[in-house]
Amino acid sequence: MDGNPGVPNSTVQNGTKERIWSEDETLIPDWIYTDQDVYEQEIEKIFLGRHWNFVGLECEIPEPGNYIRSYLGPLPVVVTRNKDGEIHVFENRCAHRGVEFCREYRGSADSFICPYHNWTYNLEGDLTAIPFRRGAKGKGGMPADFDMGERGLRTFHVTTRRGVIFATACDDMESIEDYLGPRICEEFDATFGGSEMKLLGIHRNILPANWKLYQENLKDPYHATLLHTYLTTFGLFVPSNESDIPGDDLGRHGGLLSRRPEGRPDVSEDEQADMQAYKNTMELNDKRVMNFFPEFDSKWSGSVLTVFPSLTALRQGNIINTRLLVPRGPNEFMMIWAVLGRVDDDEEMVRHRLRQNNIYGPSGFLGIEDNEALKFLQDGLRNSLPRDGLALLGEDDEPTDHIITERSIRSMYRYYRSVMGL
Amino acid sequence: MEKGSALREARLDIEEFNYAYADTLDRFDIDGWVEYFTEDGLYHVIARDNEESGLPLGLIYCEGKAMMKDRAYALLNTEMYAPRYLQLSITNTRALKIEGELIHAAANYTLIETLVEEKSRIHQVGKYRDIFRRTPKGLLLQERKCIYDSVMIDNCLVFPV
Repeated sequence: MDGNPGVPNSTVQNGTKERIWSEDETLIPDWIYTDQDVYEQEIEKIFLGRHWNFVGLECEIPEPGNYIRSYLGPLPVVVTRNKDGEIHVFENRCAHRGVEFCREYRGSADSFICPYHNWTYNLEGDLTAIPFRRGAKGKGGMPADFDMGERGLRTFHVTTRRGVIFATACDDMESIEDYLGPRICEEFDATFGGSEMKLLGIHRNILPANWKLYQENLKDPYHATLLHTYLTTFGLFVPSNESDIPGDDLGRHGGLLSRRPEGRPDVSEDEQADMQAYKNTMELNDKRVMNFFPEFDSKWSGSVLTVFPSLTALRQGNIINTRLLVPRGPNEFMMIWAVLGRVDDDEEMVRHRLRQNNIYGPSGFLGIEDNEALKFLQDGLRNSLPRDGLALLGEDDEPTDHIITERSIRSMYRYYRSVMGL
Repeated sequence: MEKGSALREARLDIEEFNYAYADTLDRFDIDGWVEYFTEDGLYHVIARDNEESGLPLGLIYCEGKAMMKDRAYALLNTEMYAPRYLQLSITNTRALKIEGELIHAAANYTLIETLVEEKSRIHQVGKYRDIFRRTPKGLLLQERKCIYDSVMIDNCLVFPV
């Protein structure tokens, strides 16, 4: 957020736009994280391109007339539920002069009225009223051929799956199921399945880092037990847990699945080595935080999904959250976290979820470390002379049942390069 | 009149308490911070928009000292974060109501954070909604709810406020 020091780290110099990205997929150049024109191409080719962008959850707008401010890529949008219960997504920018008219985090409305000249829109984004359209005293006003129907807000196509709302600017987009692919769709359904979800609250934070680094972070199981020593210190996660890292055919989405041995340490067979580590760890003073009340139809106790480009979905224990990544230039992005419970939770279950959620969020034991690490990383990328980062670990054609690998990062950039033409 | 002087006395006690509390956190004495609470005390840091929308999610949510001790241990022993200086200022302290051993109180707080080679900046502003308990050991927090206006957090909030 502070000024960029004077190192010439942009690779666009002397008016040329020549950039080199090695054919070697283990090398990732700094400039994809720092250069303004790369960022501008991402808006066009990725966020406004052939992708489903996560924009919110149905439980954030449960009733007709409910709305939230949200984002499609960096673009401010409003997500509404109209009188018939349909969900609509449109730009938060008046068709007249461009005012970002919706200023509340959330609310309920019959219509949106731009405060500057009172142009009025319905919950679908259609223009419904313009003051002095015919002028005053027979003078002024709109041209006779002005067509209200052509002057609505820019709207986006919408789809939902299991209460999760996606939007796209692409007119012939495939279904969300085809977009996710069978393996990611299966894990997506496991996270968002079960009884109806209920919003417990929203966290918001700004990270001084490129948005892609967050996608990378959650495609990078290698860091999980190294950076997050809370996990190993308190025996929450050990590297030898059963795991899987599925993806889609194009390599853009990813899953990070793990299975914690259930209940008390069961000193048996192949888990014995893990248990030794577990016994040597600190015990939590408040062990309620570790309780798990089964609610997912899945063998995995933890699942982190990255849905390209803007969604991450996590469940661990009874924590369920989504994170919307909102890019704000190459060096900064915003995160909007939605933390979920269920409509049928009793008061104690709500409190259990609130207790567990200390692990995530902008003050979470893992959240603090990821945010700090990404800040340090962006500082390194923008403050030093440009070079390539390394993503060397693991092979791309081996089984997906171990975590000491960076294959999901490589596969995302294989896809990224094809879309960006880089 | 008597009620007014009881509230005034309570306010003075709470101001002393809050100055010591802020100093403890400024010194990163997180183990010491835990001792400002009753055994079953509640510590809840919540965004103002969540609070006003009836959404219970906490940025930090500790039910009881055991949970606070686990957070203190993590912050002092396992967490990775950049070095920093912190100044917590607590102002506009008011004692609102006395019910036996309990005092309902409120205050404003401002956390200024300074990172290495960065300017000092306001990291969080908010209001405390407190319930103090008078005990033989002096005042202790039965409940401290920190409702922050700074809904958009700059990266992360590492330490309690």
